[in-house]
Amino acid sequence: MNTLSENVLSGIDYASISRKNRSRDIIFASLGIFVLFIAITTLVALFLDLAMRGAPRLADPDFYTSFPSRRPLDAGILSAWVGTIMVMVVTAVVAVPLGVAAGLYLEEYAKKNWFTDVIEINVSNLAGVPSIVYGLLALGLFVQTFGMGETVLVAGLVLALLILPIIIVSTREAIRSIPSELREAAYGLGANQWQTMSMYIIPAAKPGIITGAIVGLSRAIGETAPIITIGALSFIAFLPQSPITGDFPFISFEWLNSGFTVMPIQMFGWVSRPQADFQITAAAAGVVLIIMTLAMNALAIYIRYRARKS
Amino acid sequence: MANSNPARPESSGLQVSPHFLRKREMVNQSARYVLMAAAAVSVLVTIGIVYVLLSEALVFFEEVSVWEFVSGTSWTPMFSVPTFGIWPLLSGTIVVSGIALAVSIPFGLVLSVYLSEYAPDNVRETVKPILELLEGVPTVVYGYFALLLVTPMLQLFLPGLPGFNMLAPGLVMGIMILPYTTSLSEDAMRAVPNSMREGAYALGYSRFHTATRVVIPAAMSGITAAFILAMSRAVGETMVVAIAAGQMPNFTFNPMEGAATITTFIVQVSLGDVSHGSIAYLSIFAAGMVLFLLTLVFNLIGFFLRKRYRQAY
Repeated sequence: MNTLSENVLSGIDYASISRKNRSRDIIFASLGIFVLFIAITTLVALFLDLAMRGAPRLADPDFYTSFPSRRPLDAGILSAWVGTIMVMVVTAVVAVPLGVAAGLYLEEYAKKNWFTDVIEINVSNLAGVPSIVYGLLALGLFVQTFGMGETVLVAGLVLALLILPIIIVSTREAIRSIPSELREAAYGLGANQWQTMSMYIIPAAKPGIITGAIVGLSRAIGETAPIITIGALSFIAFLPQSPITGDFPFISFEWLNSGFTVMPIQMFGWVSRPQADFQITAAAAGVVLIIMTLAMNALAIYIRYRARKS
Repeated sequence: MANSNPARPESSGLQVSPHFLRKREMVNQSARYVLMAAAAVSVLVTIGIVYVLLSEALVFFEEVSVWEFVSGTSWTPMFSVPTFGIWPLLSGTIVVSGIALAVSIPFGLVLSVYLSEYAPDNVRETVKPILELLEGVPTVVYGYFALLLVTPMLQLFLPGLPGFNMLAPGLVMGIMILPYTTSLSEDAMRAVPNSMREGAYALGYSRFHTATRVVIPAAMSGITAAFILAMSRAVGETMVVAIAAGQMPNFTFNPMEGAATITTFIVQVSLGDVSHGSIAYLSIFAAGMVLFLLTLVFNLIGFFLRKRYRQAY
């Protein structure tokens, strides 16, 4: 090992090494920016391409208020967007309470034992199970074994199971970031565990939980594969029964057992058609779908940003 | 909420009725069990998946020999004389996810090193939401993109490229899973303690050397986990390939041809009118089981690698 002064005397040019390192840094940083540029370009190209192709249909108000049709330029997305909203209601009602409760249990209640380990490994594996496998679960269990058919309820349930891991993980992260002083103060005042949870921990974790729920739902809204597997059709020319009726008791749950289609299925159905005009309709449906998911993601990002600020 | 305040002063000083305390304890205990039941639902989902796949696949393997299934190179479940060799579906899956990973791993590594070691905080704070938006785009839209924009563009350079091929969906899928790969490996790099970086700088390392000789080796288990989880994602991806690769089982490793993957075969059968209990119906569960086992292995390796780097630092 030489000392620094020996190296300098023997003619090692530190200035040139430093220059070389500096240029390597610059090259690498520009490589990073280049990759970033590719990713952003893809996003922009994808959206512009869809918007330009779909523009004629998007500008037509009938597109939003008519049923699918064999004539591409008459086809609309009415049954698809109504179906999407109904399925999402079922998904949210099932997945959010279940996921928040499971996340709360794992983070605050669970003791370190084999049962907890099993649940943790299980949740992490479920997050990586391909969505189409959930579709097979729903087909084999709900549709065939329980005889439930291709209904709004089954679609909502399968999407709820699919996004359960997302909601569990985000709930846990939200709860983990709460300072333990809050917990200790609540216990110190004599609150028991459930009171501490329901009055302090859950309200404090609310922004994180809501963000996770929205991200989960935005994932569910674009899911196609599991819905195809349970046998949903893209040609649905009716709407599920209205949940509000004219007769007593004014609320009907018939819509849960109704056939349905959703936005991504509708788009997939049109992409698969050979006629070029259907691709215009598909592009228009794609724009509506992207706006739905991007709006939800943007809302989630905004809520998280605001929570971090305060 | 009024009677949930245990310290409420009663008429004779600080008195709490035993009835109230008992009720409070009961609520506390039952909440515990309700929450535990909710956590157990996730286990039930896994049990349900395994049960459904196994029970239908076992019926399938009564009619098709396991050897034919794992060694056969012809997959024609809808023909009058059906054959059930899984290799055509596996080859499609391997090619498409191979292309996706060839895009996603180097790009993801560069981007995550850039974000964790080079980018100033404000750049990182703007870039991460953009990547999340990229991740939020529905896969069916990426499929449209691969079929109607990327394939025609590739045909300009590769005139012989057919309309359905594995190259375009593979490339698009690579960009699609880029945010996922990037955020997982960036997490691993950010978990490397700053003292190690400072030590490297004190020895005269540049940022580039700190990243390649200190941070990446230290975060290696997390980065490997990210790539394995990306692999799991690519293998299970359905819609991009179903739309852009043509859904025809084809035993080839040539990315210029169209082919089916395990997932697209399941889609194809589900779209058709296949009766419950028929051999074609059963075959999607056998294919699904292969898919589930493949991703299970990847997910478990990923889980334990990630656990390791979290414990290390």
